[in-house]
Amino acid sequence: MAITTQPIPPLAKQSWYRRNEIAVTPWLFLVPGLIMFAVYVIFPIFQSFRISLYKWDGLGTLATHADYVGLANFEKLLTRDRAFYTSLWNNLKWLIFYLAAIPAGLFIALFLNQTVRGIRLYKSLFFFPFVISQIVVGLVFTWFYDPQYGLFNGIIGFIGFEPINVLGDPTLSTYGIIAAGIWPQTAYCMILYLTGLNSVDPEQIEAARLDGAKGLRMLWHVILPQLRPATFIAFVVTVIGSLRSFDLISIMTNGGPFGSSRVLSFYMFEKSLSEYGFKMGYGAAIAVILFLIMMVFIGYFLWRMYQDEKAASR
Amino acid sequence: MFPKPIEKSHRAWQIGYQALLPIAMLLWLAPLLAVALFSIRPDSDFSIGNYWGWPTSFEMIENYMMVFTSSMPRYIMNSFFITIPTVIGAVALSCMTGFALGVYKFRGNLLIFFMFIAGNFVPFQILMVPVRDLTLDMGLYNTKTGLVLFHIAFQTGFCTLFMRNFIKALPYELIEAARVEGIAEWRIFWFIVLPLMKPAIAALSVLIFTFIWNDYFWAIVLTQGENAQPVTAGITSFNAQFRAMYHLMSAGSIVAALPPVLMFFLMQKHFIAGLTLGAVK
Repeated sequence: MAITTQPIPPLAKQSWYRRNEIAVTPWLFLVPGLIMFAVYVIFPIFQSFRISLYKWDGLGTLATHADYVGLANFEKLLTRDRAFYTSLWNNLKWLIFYLAAIPAGLFIALFLNQTVRGIRLYKSLFFFPFVISQIVVGLVFTWFYDPQYGLFNGIIGFIGFEPINVLGDPTLSTYGIIAAGIWPQTAYCMILYLTGLNSVDPEQIEAARLDGAKGLRMLWHVILPQLRPATFIAFVVTVIGSLRSFDLISIMTNGGPFGSSRVLSFYMFEKSLSEYGFKMGYGAAIAVILFLIMMVFIGYFLWRMYQDEKAASR
Repeated sequence: MFPKPIEKSHRAWQIGYQALLPIAMLLWLAPLLAVALFSIRPDSDFSIGNYWGWPTSFEMIENYMMVFTSSMPRYIMNSFFITIPTVIGAVALSCMTGFALGVYKFRGNLLIFFMFIAGNFVPFQILMVPVRDLTLDMGLYNTKTGLVLFHIAFQTGFCTLFMRNFIKALPYELIEAARVEGIAEWRIFWFIVLPLMKPAIAALSVLIFTFIWNDYFWAIVLTQGENAQPVTAGITSFNAQFRAMYHLMSAGSIVAALPPVLMFFLMQKHFIAGLTLGAVK
């Protein structure tokens, strides 16, 4: 369609749309996205809160086939369910140990931030683990840990230790899975820091060098403050990633041995959709608790972003 | 540049660094290389316990042919039919929402923007039961369409964050100048803003492709069986079929992981621009 430039008619003769164009247009553009997002993301959150108050096996509708039990699901979870506390405790382990991906990523980024020949290829290869799916990462590490033929036991056997069945040991299984998760997450943090290091102000570095700063002091006082945006994003994605951990657990141990490597996201799935029966209400209650934990972090992220927005519009 | 450029240091240190790079890379990728090595071994190597020695023969073609004559190609096609429509849908929707939130000032703008961001971070489990019911009610359970619709909706959150920030950084004078000319708002979107968004569209497409290809949770919640399941979910049934045949399971894993890897190597620049959310320039 060709753009025809017609003389603009006086206001009164213009259509309602033409007069209110600037106020109406954003809403027209928002409608399809908003509807999809509301139907699949916003409403389900409220529905899950509601389902958590029922005893429901998922058949029929909530109104006709479920018993309203009030807060009984939560009461049972918090007072009589040891598996819930195991999962919660494992979530905490994930949260804390997963954060190791941030300094590890920074370390590799510093190691690779050079301009020698072929460095681009090395950077991509180091990033590799993040691109492949967690399912494949999980399989790879399951074989890596295998007590009989795994590379891990090959190495510790070479040093002179007895073979360890990492994933078969209730005290070690969670740490084994976390280590597998840290691998791709470190790659992600590395790329964030590599991009951040690119934009570090060279004049400040020169000035600091003239003042005699180098090595760790330089890193701590000059470089890290300039990498704050990268650190913030690395923190956000690592925290969210740790609380979302599901794929690796499902593939590597399926929650075992004896439920020792469950986390809340996995336990919820197991309660709602496993062969042990469809306890949708109970599952929803677990999901609500996980959601509330995550909201603490999401709230903090949003608050930080809000501060940035305010600073930007000033 | 930090750390100090290696060219400015001792010759010995330079050679040391050059030698260290491949060693570090091999160690970093060791678990993956082990699987690649498994995938070209013959079956007999596993029964005689030759896991880490030189393969007694190279069965690359045979092992991979087994993968391609199993149900694996079905799953891979499913993955493509799920991933590509999702990329198109989510990018299209977020071009529009990003334009609305990035260009116009109206009440509730920031609120809607933050709602998209918050929704993008929620745990999947809080959506699981209602979304599964909704999909069942629509008759889309165990279909690719059901999975695609959900993925589009959920990814719109992340994509809106990305697009809005990108559009916000465009020079606003362009839009003002167009308005002075009396150009309709939708034409401003179509003829002025959209062409400038090409790099953002490329970055997001690559990123969403990888995210969706690698999705496992929603695949097992919303689908089952060969006719709809993507390769991430299919690989578990593939492994069940070839239980303890590690050479085939390894080959299968490598095939399943390949498309996003190729995507990454072909579109590296865009991929990295996407990952940093445009926030770290």
